[in-house]
Amino acid sequence: MMKTSFRDEELLADVIARLIGDVRHVAVGNASPIPATAALLARERGKGRPYVSLLQSRKHNFFTDGGRELFDCAGQGRIDVFFLSGGQIDGQGNVNLVSIGEYERPKVRFPGSFGSAYLYYVVPKVILFRTEHSRRTLVPKVDFVSAPGTNDKNVFRTGGPIGLVTNRCAFTFADGRFKLASVHPGHTLEEVVENTGFEFDRPRSVSETPAPTPETLKLMREVVAPQLAEVYPQFAAQVFSVGQPAFSR
Amino acid sequence: MFQPAKSIDDVIGQIADGCMLVVPREVSGVPMAATRALIRRGVKRLHLVALPTSSLQADLLIGAGCVETLETSAVSLGEFGPAPRFSAAATAAAIKIKDATCPALHAALQASEKGVPFMPLRGLIGSDILKYRDDWKIIDSPFGSDDPIVLLPAIKPDVALLHAPMADRLGNVWIGRQRELATMAHAAVKTVVTVEKIYDGNLLDDPTLAAGTLPGFYVESIVVAERGAWPLGLPDFYAADAEHLALYARMAATEAGFAEYLDKYVYEKRAA
Repeated sequence: MMKTSFRDEELLADVIARLIGDVRHVAVGNASPIPATAALLARERGKGRPYVSLLQSRKHNFFTDGGRELFDCAGQGRIDVFFLSGGQIDGQGNVNLVSIGEYERPKVRFPGSFGSAYLYYVVPKVILFRTEHSRRTLVPKVDFVSAPGTNDKNVFRTGGPIGLVTNRCAFTFADGRFKLASVHPGHTLEEVVENTGFEFDRPRSVSETPAPTPETLKLMREVVAPQLAEVYPQFAAQVFSVGQPAFSR
Repeated sequence: MFQPAKSIDDVIGQIADGCMLVVPREVSGVPMAATRALIRRGVKRLHLVALPTSSLQADLLIGAGCVETLETSAVSLGEFGPAPRFSAAATAAAIKIKDATCPALHAALQASEKGVPFMPLRGLIGSDILKYRDDWKIIDSPFGSDDPIVLLPAIKPDVALLHAPMADRLGNVWIGRQRELATMAHAAVKTVVTVEKIYDGNLLDDPTLAAGTLPGFYVESIVVAERGAWPLGLPDFYAADAEHLALYARMAATEAGFAEYLDKYVYEKRAA
């Protein structure tokens, strides 16, 4: 079979689309072009299912009640999948979207927690993603907990993380711990271990992440990429050559 | 008859130094022309509440020294990168930042909208956001059994500053699907709106238009500001000016560059 070359972003989107599964509603928040690609891909494959809500889109967003509706919808239990990233993620599934160093005078300040401190608790499948997989980003313990991976039993929580996808590998998350699920083509287990700052479980034999098929890549590049350009024009231009970027990196 | 004001400078008089000002998120129609006018006026010590996130607006106000306290769930320039003046102020501890999460800010505004002292919200327990907010409380739900839940105190801004596609001469403002703008107006003591144009008629007469209208009852003053959200976009009307935002991101990366940006685009000084 002819192998088509693919970018990291395309592989990640493909992996995430598989993790989405057969659900009714996928929501994508700020700064999440790869999950947006995955969600739109899942919808194309599902011939219109699931519903996809891209937070800052007008086209891919059925909300009419303003900015709060996404959160209200999640609180009603009507969002099945969401995505989170973080400046840091630790082995307990805690995510840090705020700062490194002392909170009142940090060494590094990230944008902020967005809706994570709520959505992490009420969306059953939260898929973590981090394009940069290093000891700088995957740490033993985050400096600031924007949203905790788990809670004590008496805390109302119907959702949480189910996995983490990076540019090197994919992990699943259960019982407060990450487990290596697969290593991406062109990467090794040794590399994953060397670049991960937290402890994780691994199966006796580690499988390779399947590469995106030519059909998937075609769908992504020809159908999904133009849809992405509305909310992520720079990403659509840089990754899929759709439209004109306002600037080059 | 409600008279639209003659100039932006007239309406921003409602926004006093040290007041609590609530502003919309970056995609809902941000009153940027009014923001530049506020900076020119030299507004100081604002408690700026972004509902719930911000981009250029907060970054500009912070960089220009107008903000004492920032209450938000995130500030970023989106695809154009981090918000440089916000980041610089945070690492220098130059402003007080009250970190939140998006639905907490919506809930707090909704509490004011309902005239109640607080609104409960799920989530937050075990987060450091809650840890650093001694103004937020946890109670055991009186309707549950060992069911802790967070309470957000009502946020009652002194002023809500909005930008919208149109208003009529009765002060009714068409906001379309941006329903949180209505919540902001219901919660705030006063609401000031800049609009693209004046609608010649009564927005409440047409049922289709009325459905997206904030009644003039809640509005203090209105002024026309064409392209008033520029360089951000106005949903359903015009897109953000990506080239200008990229330029801002580059210039504002340094203090000197930011000062140059202010001179050119806010103070509009001519080159010598």
